[in-house]
Amino acid sequence: MEVTATWYLVLSAVLFSMGFVGLLVRRNPLIMFMCIELMLNAVNISFVAFSNALDDIAGRTAVFFVLVVAAAEVVVGLSLVVALMRRRPSLSVDDLTSLRG
Amino acid sequence: MVDVIVFGVSAAIILGGALGVIINSHPVRAALSLVASFFGVAVLFVQQQAHFLAVVQVVVYAGAIVVLFLFVIMLLGVDSVDNIADEPLAGQRVTALLLGGMLLALILGGLFLSGPGLDTDGALALTGQSSQTAAVNQLDESQSDIDLLADDLFTRNLLSFEATALLLTIATVGAVVLVRNRGGEDLAVDEPGSAKR
Repeated sequence: MEVTATWYLVLSAVLFSMGFVGLLVRRNPLIMFMCIELMLNAVNISFVAFSNALDDIAGRTAVFFVLVVAAAEVVVGLSLVVALMRRRPSLSVDDLTSLRG
Repeated sequence: MVDVIVFGVSAAIILGGALGVIINSHPVRAALSLVASFFGVAVLFVQQQAHFLAVVQVVVYAGAIVVLFLFVIMLLGVDSVDNIADEPLAGQRVTALLLGGMLLALILGGLFLSGPGLDTDGALALTGQSSQTAAVNQLDESQSDIDLLADDLFTRNLLSFEATALLLTIATVGAVVLVRNRGGEDLAVDEPGSAKR
């Protein structure tokens, strides 16, 4: 038995779906950000698997860019959470209805 | 065989960590589960000869990003356990699980039902060209992973690289602007953590 690219892609699909379900279920914005990170990691797994299967370095370069974007996203997201927490006691996305029309 | 064992163990760690993130009511535990998941992904990168990415994965994700998460959790109060039994929106979880299952089925269906797949003549099935002729950026086993990545990054993707530098600068400035205490506001009233004596 040998580990092929399909194994990684199946794992990636399962991880992505778990992150997706977590994003829909949880109400704490911090946990929701963690679920987004899980989804990004799932994509990274499949990028590297494709990079190996297709013998092409571009997939790994894409992983590098995903890492950078994830770091930027977390910085902005967490500062949003901190800014919101200064004005509201509870930490739940249900309370963030200020933009509702 | 060793490959299979390594894959199985790290897949179990990754999925267990992901499950921990979803079901833990305590944010700190969720963050630590996230570390486990990231380490599993790093092991899979090593297994696929992407050594540099594995190191970056550990340093940036398991290091910087999770530390940032933990920092914010601690800043906002470590006692804030989510009430996970409470489900304000009726049927939300069932719907979420259903949608997640459908997404998974969609991806797996796309993976297994669309032609011969990756393992038989995968490159042909996926891209319409075989890996032998496609290789502009072909992986060369004699070169190290970091050499290849640097070569690709600083020649073909130089503009994207500059753009990410700009993105990081914007993110930093944005974070400062967002959390800055705008002039005149009283910190003691605004900060939930500060005790009112």
